[in-house]
Amino acid sequence: MTPSTALLDVDDLRVAYGRPKRPWRPGGTRVDAVAGVSLRVGRHETLALVGESGSGKTTVARCVVGLIRQRSGAIVFDGQRLGAGARRPAALRRAIQMVFQDPRSSLNPRMTVGRIVAEGWQAHPSVAPPGDRRSAVRALLDQVGLDATVLDRRPSQLSGGQCQRVSIARALALKPRLLVCDEAVSALDVSVQTQILRLLSDLRDQRGLSVLFITHDLGVVRQIADRVAVMRRGELVESGETEQLFASPQHPYTQELLDAALDLDVTDLDVTDPVETVD
Amino acid sequence: MLLPATGAADPVLDDVSFSVRPGRTTGLIGESGSGKTMLAMAVIGLLPAGASCTGRILLRDEDLLTAGEARRRRVRGREIAMIFQDPLSALNPSQRIGRQVGEFLRRNGSSRAEADRAAVGLLTRAGIPDAQRRAGDYPHQFSGGMRQRAMIAMALAGGPSLLLADEPTTALDVTVQARILRLLRALQDESDMSMLLVSHDLRVMSHVSHDLVVLYAGRVCERGPTRELLRAPRHPYTRALAASVPAVRTRNTLAATLPGAPASPLARPSGCPFHPRCPMARERCATEVPALREVAAGRWSACHFAEEIPA
Repeated sequence: MTPSTALLDVDDLRVAYGRPKRPWRPGGTRVDAVAGVSLRVGRHETLALVGESGSGKTTVARCVVGLIRQRSGAIVFDGQRLGAGARRPAALRRAIQMVFQDPRSSLNPRMTVGRIVAEGWQAHPSVAPPGDRRSAVRALLDQVGLDATVLDRRPSQLSGGQCQRVSIARALALKPRLLVCDEAVSALDVSVQTQILRLLSDLRDQRGLSVLFITHDLGVVRQIADRVAVMRRGELVESGETEQLFASPQHPYTQELLDAALDLDVTDLDVTDPVETVD
Repeated sequence: MLLPATGAADPVLDDVSFSVRPGRTTGLIGESGSGKTMLAMAVIGLLPAGASCTGRILLRDEDLLTAGEARRRRVRGREIAMIFQDPLSALNPSQRIGRQVGEFLRRNGSSRAEADRAAVGLLTRAGIPDAQRRAGDYPHQFSGGMRQRAMIAMALAGGPSLLLADEPTTALDVTVQARILRLLRALQDESDMSMLLVSHDLRVMSHVSHDLVVLYAGRVCERGPTRELLRAPRHPYTRALAASVPAVRTRNTLAATLPGAPASPLARPSGCPFHPRCPMARERCATEVPALREVAAGRWSACHFAEEIPA
């Protein structure tokens, strides 16, 4: 893929967090959370970003959305270089939306579902529906598989899966072109998880949405990602087409992750034998 | 060892019976709110105040539900120990790891020096390298996996015959998860300890549990030997659950989705609690609660139509 066809192009991204100030130990208070990461998300493509906790995958996501500022490196979206969140033109801020891991803490508990979904239109009147907003919200809820009865409920009255659908509806209300999902299905029960993954993959197919999907679950990656990027300790160790990467991982760390991941084991293992099959 | 237990009042758990065999692991699987943690708490005797419990919980031949509080306290730690999902909130942040691990022995008459020495031994058994030195660390100096190992060391202190593990690897990275699971299996092999593993993760279960109990909305919908149960489920819920697990080692696409969300025991649907989501549901399912019955040798299912489930 040539850079010109990519929707999102992240080049040599570096992010540093300051350590807590310790007056008795001056200097050396920087942690490189992301140390030079480059990745691309194509149009209508789902890129999975994987890695263990602390590898910097969420930091990359937050940078892309503009919630934190990078120290150096470029984030280019549809040919335009993006600055920090607040400095981005409204149209670009709108075009990238995020779905967070914990739907309960990312939805305002005091607002009804109807208000949550419609709230973004106040900041982005350009995509607000011209007529009846309530029926527009209803159409969005229908799209994510929620019926209109949830409209006047609050997040506390919904299940985790329903809350996550509301988060997705809220993101879709702004007609984004890139959806950044940070462990968006990790907190959900498996049966509900499949529903949300199906929804995301339908949205990609029907709306031409691109998705940056952050997860630690390699099984989920294999189900929905077109390409995969593997991060470790702030660096990108490998990236490639999903099937190719799973079939022949090039980096030892990718191999290690794949080896450690569990599959449903229905073979006739001698059960007294320790779990060496996963080693 | 036999553990039939029945919840009461506004039953979070309803007519739940199963057993854990000596030296074997029984997995208790269910989605959020299915009552699996409540069940573990009932077994160890730590139900929240106000909860009542009827039925029997037999440890060997002794009914723990009719045993006195003093006896239950003696059982906790010595006979039955427990490890939790989040070791950081289960450990005391202001006490050195070694002291916490040795606390059980101190309370049972060991001298401080003896308890400290034993703690180092337990930490080593739980796979903590350089345990002598690490025993002096505080929990915040340990990684997530190391904390879980410290919890396991604490649980081993009383030489329990039954270990309850509530989502022991859910909060851990995959590489660490595999190591902890292997440790639990190795410990079980060397000490002939029984385990009751509570998890929502069928993948974990398939690697460590000999027997499986599938809970839905506080009722058992299926139980039996793990591999047979996963290979040929005898309940539509188990079947859907197994089908929705994503595979890492084989190419796979998204499974057919089950509609709706898991039912809560507090608003349990009539008849079979799974019927509103069940692809096989018929009229009878909405009205008649299916009994858990033996559908094949060692295989129990609470589905009216267990015989019709395609493999």
